Amino acid sequence: MEFMDSDRKNTGQPDVDNSALRKAASGGETPRFWRGFDELADTPEFRNHKENEFPHGANDPDAKLDRRDLLKVMAASAAFAGLSGCTKLPNQKIVPYVRQPEQIIPGKALFYATAVTLGGVATGVLVESHMARPTKIEGNPDHPGSLGATDAFSQASILGLYDPDRSQAEIHDGRIGSWAEFQEELSTALGAEKGNNGSGVRLLTPTVTSPTLGDQINTFLKAYPSAKWVQYESATRDNIREGAKLAFGEYLNTVYRMDQADVILTLDSDFLTSGPGCLRYARDFARKRRVEGPESKMNRLYAVECTPTNTGAMADHRLRMRASDIEGLARAVARELGVSTVAGPVAPPNVPAGWIPALARDLKQHPGASLIVAGDQQPPIVHALAHAINQALGNTDKTVYFTAPLEVSPANQWEGISQLAADIRARSVTTLLILGCNPVYDAPVDLGFKEILPKVAFSARLGLSEDETSALCHWHIPQAHELESWGDARGYDGTASVIQPLIAPLYGGKSEVDFLAVINGQSAKPSHDFVHDYWQAQRAGVERFDVFWEKTLRDGVVDGTALPPKQVSLKPGIGAEPPATEAQGLEIVFRPDHTIWDGRFSNNGWLQELPKPLTLLTWDSVAMVSPKTAQRLGGSSRPADYLKSEDAVELKYKGRTIVAPVWVMPGHADESVTVFLGYGRRRSGRVGTGAGFDAGWIRPLATPWIGTGLEIRKTGDRWALATTQTQSTMEGREPIRIATLDEYLKNPKFAQAEAEENPLSLYPEVKYEGNQWGMAIDLNACTGCGGCVVACQAENNIAVVGKKEVMIGRHMHWIRIDRYYEGGVDDPSTYHEPVLCMHCENAPCEVVCPVAATVHSPEGLNEMVYNRCVGTRYCSNNCPYKVRRFNFYLYSDWDTPSLFGMRNPNVSVRSRGVMEKCSYCVQRINAVKIDAERQDRPIRDGEIVTACQQSCPSEAIVFGNINDPDSRVSKLKAMNRNYKLLEELNTRPRTTYLAKLRNPNPEIEKTPAV
Amino acid sequence: MAQIFHRSTNTISRVSIYGAVILIAVLGYAVDVVNQTSYVTEVHNARPQPVLFSHKHHVGELGLDCRYCHSSVEDSSSAGMPPTQTCMACHSQIWTSAAILEPVRASYRDSTPISWTRVNAVPDFVYFNHSIHVAKGVGCTTCHGPIAEMNITWREESLYMRWCLECHNAPEKYLRPRSEVFNAFYKPPSDQEALGKRLMAEYKVQKLTTCTTCHR
Repeated sequence: MEFMDSDRKNTGQPDVDNSALRKAASGGETPRFWRGFDELADTPEFRNHKENEFPHGANDPDAKLDRRDLLKVMAASAAFAGLSGCTKLPNQKIVPYVRQPEQIIPGKALFYATAVTLGGVATGVLVESHMARPTKIEGNPDHPGSLGATDAFSQASILGLYDPDRSQAEIHDGRIGSWAEFQEELSTALGAEKGNNGSGVRLLTPTVTSPTLGDQINTFLKAYPSAKWVQYESATRDNIREGAKLAFGEYLNTVYRMDQADVILTLDSDFLTSGPGCLRYARDFARKRRVEGPESKMNRLYAVECTPTNTGAMADHRLRMRASDIEGLARAVARELGVSTVAGPVAPPNVPAGWIPALARDLKQHPGASLIVAGDQQPPIVHALAHAINQALGNTDKTVYFTAPLEVSPANQWEGISQLAADIRARSVTTLLILGCNPVYDAPVDLGFKEILPKVAFSARLGLSEDETSALCHWHIPQAHELESWGDARGYDGTASVIQPLIAPLYGGKSEVDFLAVINGQSAKPSHDFVHDYWQAQRAGVERFDVFWEKTLRDGVVDGTALPPKQVSLKPGIGAEPPATEAQGLEIVFRPDHTIWDGRFSNNGWLQELPKPLTLLTWDSVAMVSPKTAQRLGGSSRPADYLKSEDAVELKYKGRTIVAPVWVMPGHADESVTVFLGYGRRRSGRVGTGAGFDAGWIRPLATPWIGTGLEIRKTGDRWALATTQTQSTMEGREPIRIATLDEYLKNPKFAQAEAEENPLSLYPEVKYEGNQWGMAIDLNACTGCGGCVVACQAENNIAVVGKKEVMIGRHMHWIRIDRYYEGGVDDPSTYHEPVLCMHCENAPCEVVCPVAATVHSPEGLNEMVYNRCVGTRYCSNNCPYKVRRFNFYLYSDWDTPSLFGMRNPNVSVRSRGVMEKCSYCVQRINAVKIDAERQDRPIRDGEIVTACQQSCPSEAIVFGNINDPDSRVSKLKAMNRNYKLLEELNTRPRTTYLAKLRNPNPEIEKTPAV
Repeated sequence: MAQIFHRSTNTISRVSIYGAVILIAVLGYAVDVVNQTSYVTEVHNARPQPVLFSHKHHVGELGLDCRYCHSSVEDSSSAGMPPTQTCMACHSQIWTSAAILEPVRASYRDSTPISWTRVNAVPDFVYFNHSIHVAKGVGCTTCHGPIAEMNITWREESLYMRWCLECHNAPEKYLRPRSEVFNAFYKPPSDQEALGKRLMAEYKVQKLTTCTTCHR
């Protein structure tokens, strides 16, 4: 197998020099939309690649078979094929309950409300449970931070629960210990500290918003007044906290009201797909862009950013700019809007003339309906400037409001962790208790946790897996997953949710509440009672607390806990101090990874294989550079020397070096390099260990997010990357249709211009009656977040294939999010398009199947019958949309017992050698159909919700009966923005798209190329 | 040049070619026949069970309703197997010391479930739903056979797909009024086809033969 040869061709970015690209991009004969550099330059590799259905190597067997072996294999398989027809079903057992729990009906799923957290902030979810076995996460419509939607992280937490690599035993200095033994040792350690008020005790936790946990910690700190509590996460939100302090003199929580904002400016913020409240923000934002008729209005989004993000891709105007220059832009905008105290240079570099005044005029015209959002990586001053501008525009309490902090005890985490390290170095820490954090991997590298952690006399860590930190602690205690524990947490607006367990801990793990109970000497009290008693104490006035408690558990939110808006007053003189003189040189920007976050999800195969938005990379992290910078960093004018994607380079920053693969990223700011946290784990599990490079290794204490002075040296090696980009190419058929709002109002039928009226077909016309399923996808709403991809994977038991298989195009996702660029390589517009099976009425796949394994249902579904499939792959060959996925190997894990519990019992787990594809979630259709039939009523519109639709935060996907003119999907399809993908093929797809609209500012003619 | 092959070769080749074709056909037929024997299908083979439970006694003689034990049959895909508690509802009062019931009492005492041998099973790629069949007038005994006569329960039908399709293609031959669905002694009337057609209209029964009805 020639992997190394084929890799290069498949990853989309072969030896294409940028000058050729530039020429191609400016010339007239290039496609309007392009997916990768080689398509744009139309290289021979690309032409060869697109003529083949699968990338080179996908069809070849892994081992070289000679003729003799092949005959043996074929004879054996023929014999087995004959034998398998004669097998009897094995004897099975039925094991009923002894005492059946009241609400469990075998075969019917129950849904429980709980919450999953990221960075301490809760998203309300409903968990599907089959006979006490959680199988799927859905959003909780009653939770303000979800409204029924979920992100990829929460979807994937099911796999996190069943992860076979989770730690399963207490480990004491490398040997198996016991919980009782640990309690004894801990009480000895704490007892010794009692005399000096616990001055040697440190508690290290992630960000805590949980009121119960906070209460427990405060109890502990009362008993040991000199002990210290440190909160730390490497993707810390210190900048937001400190920004509020700078502007208002206190820590505050900022909540945006996207439903009120008509003009939005983001300063390096990815508020649509990242951070607390992003699901809610995406929904409110998309609703402000829904164009249903000529009178509809759209909001307008300006994005200033360094690293391309989903939010930038949604923007009507995107300005790329080095992350460290954004402060200058914020100052300029502030001054333009009359925040008079702001100092600094008059014009930030690289901003097209007229851009800032035009933006400022637009903002000014929308007082109280505009909004400035600063990004997590931007320094506090940018946040403070954003607050000041919002204040000046009268947006406070309209499009943005402030509440008390979500955290129980907001603190500067970066300072906290360095103080902790200093204390350990000074030998003043005798007992260190770590709840979930992994400082050996993710604390700032110059603190040297790896060296200093063994200096602590007694250290214990509660963690989901035995990772880098556990290995250096005296005790490792297996942690109970969130779906196994009692707890609580606050959502983005302060709404508290009670976290309830769906299943008893699979590996006897302890929750954070359990752990703190031991510290507080209350180990006999069950964790449920702590949460229950805390809220009972809060609701002392409630007459029947048991009723209130039941309702809380049922709803998933604690009534009336949303934090009230707080009156704030801006401190005078924000930005009066001139900006620090800018350090020169190449900039480095650190960001949490899109799918792995800070590394905590690194052992999650679903998230590893979820293509990262915009790059469509899987299983790896990269160092992103702009095409121009890649050219300059090549060190010579010879195109062959330019940096190319997959070149391994040495990144040298503040004295440390690390080797990383380059990714040439269209739309990235010049003279800046973005690296992503979370990869390069040394002890993660069989999925995460060793994947990617550890950007944390060059992330010093001084510059957690943005720094300058990076040096890059080519190593001459190649680092093969697995991306789904340019595979399944659309060959320039304008798959995405776009217009500006004005163009659309002038020509409302622009998206349907090419449509032919009643095209003829060789196939007989079928009259479709009764329920006819169809789907409409609003490209105006899709943010490309990828939540639907993981939701589909969880719902339909889709296998993970691994990096090597992704490289040769064998990934199995039933829904993919295509990304298209429009415009030049330096600053193109970016569009997302979710593509799944179109369920064509004239389906090309059906007519070529020799065994009728893919057939049409009377309700318009293109059905895939696994038992008939013999794996010819003719169907996939004939599918113009390339949505069929083939099991080249036994990708589904049929051996790991812990994964059996995870599977959706209503969907077959596919075996080797069969084709699979989107079924429109036929198991959900059938379940609703049976319910409706039993009640003798028609199926209600909106009753059937596919997994992708369910998870979508921006309501981009709508499914329903297209024969019912009143259904939502019919109404969407009746809109003049509706168009069919590859309509000229007359496949008559049931999945259609609503054309994307942009709402640019007429004063800024065109997104300026800088 | 002399003939290489003797004239008889013509006959031999004809016989062997036709013979091979016939042999394959016969073998295929034989496999099909074997596949329909109760050796493979387990039809009419009473299965050993941990408790000698008699449907004949409970249904035929005492007249218990199916739903007393199989309580989710109207609500769910699964008809449900009774928890030990259901057995003990009666057997904590009657036959309290019968030796035959010791496994049931032991289960209740020790909270260890009884592990029954499954009698009626469809493969994992078949998604059968009891509730919709019951709601549309398919009686229990239509598939499960004369349950009121079974001392030890056996499988009445092969549960092969061709058997499923007999009804899915022509439901009128099997439907009964909803009121009779749980009647273990029901005998179809002589005008079954007419009744079936009437019930099909009344219950809006469709002839569902599309693959995803059962496979997904």
